Amino acid sequence: MASRSPALAWMLAAVVVAAGVIPILIPSMATLVVLILAKGIVVLGIIILLQAGQVSFGHAMFFAAGSYTAGFWGKYLGVGDLMTYLVVGPVVATLLGLLVGLFVVRYREIFFGMLNLAFSMVLWSLLEKMFHLTNGADGMRVPRPTVFGMTFSPDNFQYVLLYLTLAIAIAATFAVQRFLESPTGNMLRAIKSNETRLEYLGVSARRILLIGYVISAGLGGIGGVLVAVAQQIATPEFAYWTKSGEFVFIAILGGVGNALGAFAGSAVFELVRFYASAQLANSWQLILGVVLITIILFAPNGLIGLWKRQRAARDES
Amino acid sequence: MTATVLLEARGLAIRFGGVVAADGVDLDVLEGEKLAIIGPNGAGKTTFLNIATGYLKPQAGTVRFLGKEITAHRPRDITRFGIARAFQIPQLFLDHTVIENLLIAAAGHSGRTTLMRSLRDLPERSEMENLLDLVSIRDVADRKAGELPEGKRKLVDIAVALALKPRLLLMDEPTSGVASSEKFAIMDILVAALDKQRVTSVFVEHDMDMVTRYADRVAVWSAGKIQLSGPPAEVLADPIVREQVIGI
Amino acid sequence: MNSTLFVLASLDGLSYAALVFLVSVGLSLIFGVLRIVNVAHGSLYAFGAYLAASLSLLVTPISPWLTYPALLVASLVIGIVAGGLIERLLLSRVYGREEVLQLLITFAVFMIMDNLQRMIWGVQPIYAAEPLKLLPNVSIFGVSYTSYQVIVLPAVAVLALFGLRYFLRRTLMGSVILAVTEDREAATAIGINAQKVYLITFIIGATLAALGGALASPTTSLVPGMGTEMIVLSFAVAATAGLGQIEGTAITALAIGMARAFVIYLQPEFEVLVPYLIMVAVLLVRPEGLFGATKLRKI
Repeated sequence: MASRSPALAWMLAAVVVAAGVIPILIPSMATLVVLILAKGIVVLGIIILLQAGQVSFGHAMFFAAGSYTAGFWGKYLGVGDLMTYLVVGPVVATLLGLLVGLFVVRYREIFFGMLNLAFSMVLWSLLEKMFHLTNGADGMRVPRPTVFGMTFSPDNFQYVLLYLTLAIAIAATFAVQRFLESPTGNMLRAIKSNETRLEYLGVSARRILLIGYVISAGLGGIGGVLVAVAQQIATPEFAYWTKSGEFVFIAILGGVGNALGAFAGSAVFELVRFYASAQLANSWQLILGVVLITIILFAPNGLIGLWKRQRAARDES
Repeated sequence: MTATVLLEARGLAIRFGGVVAADGVDLDVLEGEKLAIIGPNGAGKTTFLNIATGYLKPQAGTVRFLGKEITAHRPRDITRFGIARAFQIPQLFLDHTVIENLLIAAAGHSGRTTLMRSLRDLPERSEMENLLDLVSIRDVADRKAGELPEGKRKLVDIAVALALKPRLLLMDEPTSGVASSEKFAIMDILVAALDKQRVTSVFVEHDMDMVTRYADRVAVWSAGKIQLSGPPAEVLADPIVREQVIGI
Repeated sequence: MNSTLFVLASLDGLSYAALVFLVSVGLSLIFGVLRIVNVAHGSLYAFGAYLAASLSLLVTPISPWLTYPALLVASLVIGIVAGGLIERLLLSRVYGREEVLQLLITFAVFMIMDNLQRMIWGVQPIYAAEPLKLLPNVSIFGVSYTSYQVIVLPAVAVLALFGLRYFLRRTLMGSVILAVTEDREAATAIGINAQKVYLITFIIGATLAALGGALASPTTSLVPGMGTEMIVLSFAVAATAGLGQIEGTAITALAIGMARAFVIYLQPEFEVLVPYLIMVAVLLVRPEGLFGATKLRKI
């Protein structure tokens, strides 16, 4: 993880201001910004696992766990409070992460990815097929919740949600950055570079990976709640493998060397999707695919890496 | 006064396919000594380190450390009992700096896996910097381990092992891959560090000059057995050893 | 379950297993040699199906019997052109890079192909059942079934299985591929052109996926998303068998195909769950797959 540099801090400030101010000027952007930030929070979890060199192609299951918590709550317990969702959703995702994690942390690389994929597809099929419980492929509606017991009009609610999401995103970024600098976070990176040595330090690599896995599952749950509330729906697609692929995509797009990359990647991803689906005859997937290939072949450190490289070049000249 | 037996191997046997690496190996390591293990290539010397650290399970025999059987334990448990290992090919976290490598080791040793405190601010930091001084690699503290030349990496690897404050350090050819002009310098540093920390050590070695100069005792591993052990001068003078192991 | 349903389920399972085998073995072969999980594999399957359907519809007015060569031509075109382009232009640039980048570059290909597929063939279901209708039905234990599904498809699958075995074990190119699979460094050290091996392997794997799609096209309506489902299914089969295991893939495809067919008759809502549950169960017990060899970690 790159150390904190003043330039990065400025950039963070700029991002926060942009996310907070643009939607005031253009109200239609509010939900889009929430989606960007919420997915960025999920991607923080992917970045944690990538530090250990592990790719989860099934992380959408935790995202879906958060979303469906809100969905189930609305269907079976009546309209809930956003704060309740934001506590219960991540807890459910974390517990699921612990359960699945106990199995998957025994494996590495492609086996790790495959098992995650299999577990997420099991969840996806359950959500889609348990029609009487989950409404099947139609998904579950997530009615607009109260916030701290207060009811807001749709217009006001989208700003409440926006600023709450922004606050959570900032807190999550700092917490993840901190975690990655901690001994445990460093041991997570050590799994990638030399697991044998780590074991020879008396450290259980599985336990370290499990800690990272559970944290990343919890982040997936937070993002899932926020997206479900913003879009007022949770569907089985949220657990599908392409959604997992999307999260990994965003991580690589932004760059895994820094927590900020999650949000940079997420912003580009969602903006391309938003504008290309509106204006370029449904070619957003095509465009994003080309962007991804370009990044992989020419800028493997992602957008953040690209930006740093440019700064470095400018400072030299 | 007899010295305490730190590590006690009895009747170790292991074979890989048709190759017999150990066939009834008995070996004691005494507290405070520097024991060199020599023997022909492929005789199974590294296998002994693998068994003693739990990486391989012997097909027969036991290993005891301070009287406690450790044969069935995993490397990380054995590490916690107080046996550290340095590798023939240094095993480091190449993306981390040298000091970070040591700090991770220190955190592993103390079990300090706190989430919210930076690795760089661990209380063990000054202790680790002293260890870098002791092994004479303070100058590369902030370089990435992956950028270092082989000789320096060897020292970092040993420093990482020492960061675990072991009672026993097992080393696999500590000076292999190091330019011969540097070998003595590195071993001088290393032995001084071991003495300062009062660590008992076992090292597998090919270079007889190293053995003569630095070992207190030599064990000859050949044909799956310990053929002979004793003071270097005595063992290396043995005609059979000279013929089979040293190749004169 | 009465005996008619039993026979029906078995035949369903058999014809389904034949298609799944073709796709899975291609995925498995590619992984065995290139060490890359090709996420776009399902898209090659879908492209094979769509192109086969288009060509079939095109040649049916001339002679319906021309639809059979059309299926074959479609798979070869997709396998060689799309497969070749993907390997040469993209994969060849990421060999030796981080696993996540290799995985993601095929994910990008999947996104692009998925989008192209909608642009070219639209989102309305396409039917091209001519090859299925041309052949008579056969009666098996009193159950009437299309011979296309219970004879042609399994026959092609068996042919592909033995063809692959023969190719890999009896031909020079096959031995070269096996050598690269077993020890890449040693193989390149003795002068084997790994680049060429990768290209040929990928084309063979892609052709098998496209062939699976082409053969499936008469039996089902073609819809967007057919490739997205197939990739995870073939992945589940290949992983359960053990990646790189050809005979194992055949047995696993048959087992999963059968299990799925019976579940459809017994508990239809759990149909899609079956392959993934089997995969989870097998991988938890044997991460290297049912037929995979265990590898020792080296220090």
